[in-house]
Amino acid sequence: MHDRPDSRNSQIIGRREFIRAATLAASGAVIFGPHAWVARASSVVNSRKRLVLVFLRGAVDGLNVVVPYDDSNYYENRPSIAIPRIGEGAVLDLDGHFGLNPALASLMPAWKEGLLAFVHSCGSPDPTRSHFDAQDYIESGTPGIRTTPDGWMNRTLAALPGKHQPTEALSVGAVLPRILSGSMPVANVSGRGAARPLPLDNPRIERVFDRLYNGRDPLSKAYQEGRAARQRLLGELRQDMAVADNGAPGPEGFPNDAARLAWLIQRDSSVRLAFISLGGWDTHVNQGSIGGQLANHLKPLGYGLADFAKRLGSAYDDTVILVLSEFGRTVRENGNGGTDHGHGNVMWIMGGPVRGGRVYGRWSGLSPADLYQERDLAVTTDFREPIVQVLLTHLGLSAIQIQKIFPQRLTFSGHLSTILRG
Amino acid sequence: MIRPSIQSGALPPGQRSLHVLNRLAFGPRPGDIDYVRQIGLENWIEHQLHPDSIAEPAALQQRIASLQTLHMTPEELFIRYQVPLRQLAPGDDKRAARQRSKIILRQAVQGRIIRALEGPRQLQEVMTAFWFNHFNVFAGKGLCRLWIGSFEQEAIRPYAMGRFRELLGATAKHPAMLFYLDNWQNTAPHSPGARGKFEGINENYARELMELHTLGVNGGYSQADVIALAHILTGWRFVRRNAPKTVNRPAFERASAFARAMRGLRFLFGRARQSSRPWRGGGFETGNGFYFDPRRHDFSAQTFLGQPIPSGGLDQGEVALDILARSPATANHISFQLAQYFVADQPPAELVERMTRSYLATGGNLRDVLQTLFFSTEFWERRHYGVKFKTPYEFVISATRAVGVPVVNVRPLTGAMALLGMPLYGCQTPDGYKQTQEAWLSPNAMMMRLSFATALGRGHLPLQHPMDEIAQDESGRTPEAMQPAVMRMPPAAVNVFAEPDSMALAATVGDLLSSPTYEAVWAAPPGLQAPLILGSPEFMMR
Repeated sequence: MHDRPDSRNSQIIGRREFIRAATLAASGAVIFGPHAWVARASSVVNSRKRLVLVFLRGAVDGLNVVVPYDDSNYYENRPSIAIPRIGEGAVLDLDGHFGLNPALASLMPAWKEGLLAFVHSCGSPDPTRSHFDAQDYIESGTPGIRTTPDGWMNRTLAALPGKHQPTEALSVGAVLPRILSGSMPVANVSGRGAARPLPLDNPRIERVFDRLYNGRDPLSKAYQEGRAARQRLLGELRQDMAVADNGAPGPEGFPNDAARLAWLIQRDSSVRLAFISLGGWDTHVNQGSIGGQLANHLKPLGYGLADFAKRLGSAYDDTVILVLSEFGRTVRENGNGGTDHGHGNVMWIMGGPVRGGRVYGRWSGLSPADLYQERDLAVTTDFREPIVQVLLTHLGLSAIQIQKIFPQRLTFSGHLSTILRG
Repeated sequence: MIRPSIQSGALPPGQRSLHVLNRLAFGPRPGDIDYVRQIGLENWIEHQLHPDSIAEPAALQQRIASLQTLHMTPEELFIRYQVPLRQLAPGDDKRAARQRSKIILRQAVQGRIIRALEGPRQLQEVMTAFWFNHFNVFAGKGLCRLWIGSFEQEAIRPYAMGRFRELLGATAKHPAMLFYLDNWQNTAPHSPGARGKFEGINENYARELMELHTLGVNGGYSQADVIALAHILTGWRFVRRNAPKTVNRPAFERASAFARAMRGLRFLFGRARQSSRPWRGGGFETGNGFYFDPRRHDFSAQTFLGQPIPSGGLDQGEVALDILARSPATANHISFQLAQYFVADQPPAELVERMTRSYLATGGNLRDVLQTLFFSTEFWERRHYGVKFKTPYEFVISATRAVGVPVVNVRPLTGAMALLGMPLYGCQTPDGYKQTQEAWLSPNAMMMRLSFATALGRGHLPLQHPMDEIAQDESGRTPEAMQPAVMRMPPAAVNVFAEPDSMALAATVGDLLSSPTYEAVWAAPPGLQAPLILGSPEFMMR
């Protein structure tokens, strides 16, 4: 849990992980090597396992999400925004060291069931404090390299075995995020009213546009993917969705987007990778403590995640949800009851296969000597390490495939090898 | 005589007119291509570079004038729409007061779209949209809702083709920006004015000012520069003056009249202090709602980007803005973004280099930089023709312009922009919307664009419902007729304006269509020809 660093464990990919991958390969779930093609048909075992990524754009204040309430430095640095240790609005104890922000009370059942874990002091090795660069690096999966053309979720899609379905990778939102862009076809659906009939659904109109967009150029490709996804998602299910939407788009916001995503996954088991992002975390002023801005953003997120899990039903057993942000925020509150751009953060891992009820990672501490550049939580776990665990253990990818997804040399702590049930 | 740079690109003359209308304007309206041909490409460009040389139709001026909140100062807007709780009339509640203030956003949207659709000073509108996006503020963040229209009207549009330094100063001091990036709370620690939520430094604006507005993320600044700049910019605030306690008409009028008088005192360099209005404690206003509060300012000397900045007040910030505006990194960053907007997602490095030199040689004169761009050989090269994927804003505006229907109700247009992921004044983050194909092309986007093209091309969008209520009504209620189903067109939708004539539309867009598209259009049933033109691959690009 709060282990000391052990340089022997810092290898390209932890030895244990590699062995696990090899074991999986031997069991037939994943095969790499000259007979890879043989595995495709037999990989149905894994074909329902999925990863849902929730990206908190704007840098959520992880120290007020999973609070190191036994550390006096925390309270000294945050006179007006700390989450109290005891009394009204106190943290919800997790493990005697860390406590959960009470705005996330709706996630406590998951924690107690052991289906929710956190990785603290987690983040990107790149030092940038620019939101936009940092988000770009998280999405490309290559911190420090701007020129990577595609996102790591698209590369992951390319590595998944089996015949690709138009809705295998899905983003909720009007635009396609960097993380999913790349050569593999993906789908995006707008959160609101995705199933409402469009003028384009008229077969007569479809036919004429089909003729205009029948090439292999990027526009034609996007058009064809859009048509395929729309047919798959909405074709026979339109009535159903219209009932679910009650004929009108619901209110905006994470719980509704998540509910729609759950609805889609339940009905279309081909969804393997899903992505939702939500903003509003850049709390430079009036962040609040037990109430206020951050709490108001956390509540619907927590509620939405708990509700998502419930709606997934049995599909939850095959789902891992990662919640992450581009960087953390300053340890010390600023002059306006807020926090500025920092470095290390906390990653959330939730789902049926998660060995939860634990805070993973090496806690780097908040005493002045422990801080990154004397102001921020240090990063002791590369954000790619938990992701790689999911790709290996949950999605059954091989170490070789993972090297294509995250091509840079990775230095891993090795503390996360048990975070998922294999 | 056509300049060699224009000829060297070997674009056929028909495509040249279309090219400038697609890049310097939001696409052709009926008759535009002929007009450009008639007065000549270069003349047309020169006129666009000097918007005052182009007469605005009286009807357009009247429509803009009728959007009264666009012409109020930040102070007037605050007095009128930020009613303190204790002053609410009986039976009025906070929500109703908030609802009333929504007229500001509605009128800002209305003004922007009408000018983009119908205004003859197209390049000015293109540049206004460009700079607004560059200095983005979000209408949904707190008090920004009061000032969104004023920000564009006072801090962006007048400087869209002026000196970058003036644009930078105007945005830095506008209450919308001060609020949006929290600089109004940025306070010198332990200063006389430090208390409560104004106790210390806030880095937010200082960082984005360098990363996004000026130097660029690789512009060579450090975390120490962020902190130094934040100290330099302490005490920059906006005027928050409420109407007198009991809202009686004469008092309100007096307050408004005072605010109006303040407009005359607007100046943006802040150096001629003597004519500014003093505040208790030695602070002063420089107009447009900005005021400098020495009680919260850190007067100490700073080192910023390696340059010493002696101790001082507001002038420290002015010097810092001078340094930023003069920096070659800024010149390069701005030139790159302009070239990316006007030429290609990956603009030629040599062109960016020449624009950077032009910026530096002219002290950041944006008109000169644009001139360099528009008369470069690169701008006219065939490989750069029709390669920019339109943003949702550009797609919606250009399609509506091409159809040429007079627009009264802009809601179907703003609704489409929102569905496509680009709500007007709705970008939450300070980096603004991206302007590349990579950012906007997606499977869902194609479905939505073609649906919009179909609805518009069949005459199904309620663009001509009266909007008078929206311009006048402060109740915040939206009559049913104002809530058109944006793109949710039932198959048997009735026509709400005359179905666009496909022959006329084809003439409007000139040489746009490739021959396969052309054939597909004329092979389609008559009612689907206009949707096909507007939804064609060629129309997605500019």
